[in-house]
Amino acid sequence: MLPRPPQGGEGRGEGGSLTDEKISQAEKDEAAWFAERAKAGAAAAEASAAPEPGTLFDVQEMELNFGPQHPSTHGVLRLVLKVDGEKILEAKPDVGYLHRGTEKLFETETYPMGIPHTDRLDYVAAATNNHAYCLAVEKLLGVEVPRRAQLVRVVLDELQRLSSHLVWLGTSGIDLGAVTPFWYTFREREQILDFFEEYCGARLTLNCMRIGGLPFDLTPGWTERVSEFISDFPARIDEYEQLLTDNRIWKKRTVGVGVISAEECVEWGLTGPIIRGSGVEWDLRRAQPYECYDELDFVVPTRRNGDTYDRYIVRVQEMRQSARIIRQCLEKLEPGEIRGKVPRVIKPPAEEVYASVESPKGELGFYCVSNGSNKPYRMHVRPPSFINLQALPRLAKGHLVSDLVALIGTIDIVLGEVDR
Amino acid sequence: MSLSAEVWTYVKIVLLVALVPAIVGFVIVLAERRIMAFMQVRLGPNRVGPEGTLQGLADLIKLVVKEDITPARSEKAVHFLAPVLAVIPALTALAVIPFGPPVRIGKALVPLWVADVNIGLLFLLAITSIGVYGIILGGWSSNNKYSLLGGLRSAAQLVSYEVPMGLSLVAVLLMTRSLSLVEIVRRQESTHLWFVFPGLVAFFIYFVSGVAETNRNPFDLPEAESELVSGFNTEYSGVKFAFFFLGEYTAMIIISCVAVTVFFGGWLPPFPNVKALEFLWQVPPVLWFAAKVGVFIFAYIWFRSTFPRYRFDQLMALGWKWLIPMALANILVVAFAILLFPGRTTGLVWLAWIFGGLFVAMYVLAKLRQKLARRERLAAEPHPVEG
Repeated sequence: MLPRPPQGGEGRGEGGSLTDEKISQAEKDEAAWFAERAKAGAAAAEASAAPEPGTLFDVQEMELNFGPQHPSTHGVLRLVLKVDGEKILEAKPDVGYLHRGTEKLFETETYPMGIPHTDRLDYVAAATNNHAYCLAVEKLLGVEVPRRAQLVRVVLDELQRLSSHLVWLGTSGIDLGAVTPFWYTFREREQILDFFEEYCGARLTLNCMRIGGLPFDLTPGWTERVSEFISDFPARIDEYEQLLTDNRIWKKRTVGVGVISAEECVEWGLTGPIIRGSGVEWDLRRAQPYECYDELDFVVPTRRNGDTYDRYIVRVQEMRQSARIIRQCLEKLEPGEIRGKVPRVIKPPAEEVYASVESPKGELGFYCVSNGSNKPYRMHVRPPSFINLQALPRLAKGHLVSDLVALIGTIDIVLGEVDR
Repeated sequence: MSLSAEVWTYVKIVLLVALVPAIVGFVIVLAERRIMAFMQVRLGPNRVGPEGTLQGLADLIKLVVKEDITPARSEKAVHFLAPVLAVIPALTALAVIPFGPPVRIGKALVPLWVADVNIGLLFLLAITSIGVYGIILGGWSSNNKYSLLGGLRSAAQLVSYEVPMGLSLVAVLLMTRSLSLVEIVRRQESTHLWFVFPGLVAFFIYFVSGVAETNRNPFDLPEAESELVSGFNTEYSGVKFAFFFLGEYTAMIIISCVAVTVFFGGWLPPFPNVKALEFLWQVPPVLWFAAKVGVFIFAYIWFRSTFPRYRFDQLMALGWKWLIPMALANILVVAFAILLFPGRTTGLVWLAWIFGGLFVAMYVLAKLRQKLARRERLAAEPHPVEG
């Protein structure tokens, strides 16, 4: 069991306000905690480095700035590494290079105007972001989403999950030196983006959902084209797997790298493929079904070892399951309303709600505080990437620099969401 | 040595030094990019000149015109010297490679090698290992941590892979009893046997270490882009970078040339002693040589687009725990085969059959194992995936 970091916000309850003293004390506590952890880590690394550290080999620490401009930090993540040769003694993520104040922006816009901002959070999975935001506002308003809209939302979500996982598969392949899968995955992703473009006109920042439903009905022939693509898709996954799954080098680079146990996953609040790779069957689509997920037949893939390879397998399996979900939804699709009864001016009652969806990266939640006006009083995002990123220093310790790259890949972060 | 022979030597040196970079720039790089593009469902460079054939020229102009940056706090002299050290040994090593049998030009009989040194192979190993210094010093002098890590990696990697490479060639030396590359080819002609057959294991070890020696996938750790940005050459630009580039590709050519010369009969056509295949001699020997080298270069490109990259410790483990013991065992086996039938090649032929059988058996086993592992994995999956 790992000791938990002291809670920085403990002072909040009593005085109601945070004094500078309290903040600085909390910061000091935290810094001390991190320093202690770092010392323990360094000691552990030293102990395992040589039989008699300090006598035969001195541990020569070097500080290495990994990013923000680095080819495999997937954006502008900066890691301050303490390395002994290539061995990582400590990795400290430094985030915020892509901070855009999204949460504050929500407060300045009316509820419908917030949706485009969500596109820019996890910018390779805009549909799920839209979805989570709309769910939160719908929960505030108590609006029913019509069935057709529910089904189309699920189709869009799952297509988005496919495209996000494809980006992940391609880029993490490149991180480990396998360049070719990238081009195959992007070939399919391109098709998915074409579907999005046909549906809503945008390929990346989709803005494809509205409070209470959808902005548009599907274009004629869209469902046929998607189901054709989906029936072809499992064969494409086989293609990627052929390049990687049984590849000896791929296995060497991923099996046993970055192992995290189920307990730790729960403690750190990790979600998504990471926790499922460690053996916890936690998927919001199954655990707290939203829209029509409860009537769909799909499996939540899990693996036991919790290493990079298992997370890879889990994601590949998820792609297959997503294809199944899409096929089922398309079969159930019937003509009907696409928007529920939403007032023209959205002024929800003064309440607090939390709504979340299973985004490709994990649990994406919106915590919305309304004060009865047409703008949210406070909108907090629970970003899966950010919370999963916490585990990186823990995962990276003791591994080599090469593994760090694999680990950043396996956590599957998108900096837009980490920094908001 | 007559005067004309000496003149021819100079001509050949000039031709080599001029031609090899041109071949690298115009043929190999373009081939690599187009072939990789083909494997990766894209087009590759096809804009400059017909089908992109002039891409090399465009790249050359870009590299020459580009600003040559020397980092402010680098070791300036070493930083300047490193690319030179990378490229000169590579080009020098080409001198002993026999590209073909002597040809008659006018009155003179001109051999298609610059020098037939009696320590040919040793010279090659020695000279090419100097190229390592270019990489190490380039990485160190840049005063950049990524470059330093790249330099360190290449130092360890190249030094450890020289050993299995040298040891694998020892097995062949037992068969040829000569270090001269020309003599090695002649011997393959007289014994009617490409040495790849009795030296299958040696060839495997040689080529794997050769790929590692040239810093190519899956052993491209010194310049692993996703880890070390660009490794030892991060701080190099313009002509200096071009030199490193040229050095690497020339090293690739050399590894391929040596593999062809030592294991694949050099300029000889396939099965040189079979009567029915005599028409193959109609093709100029130089073309045979070039074609064989081309196959190896293709293999390099193929590797690059197929394999992920090894991790550093795994790379060292592969070299020291697998390749070196294998090479040593191979030397023993080959020596026994030669000792059993002194003065004859019978032992070598036996060896060829045994190795061939082993190879086929191992291939079948590996395929079987892969299939079983796949079935097991699919059985462990949570749900049968319907089609």
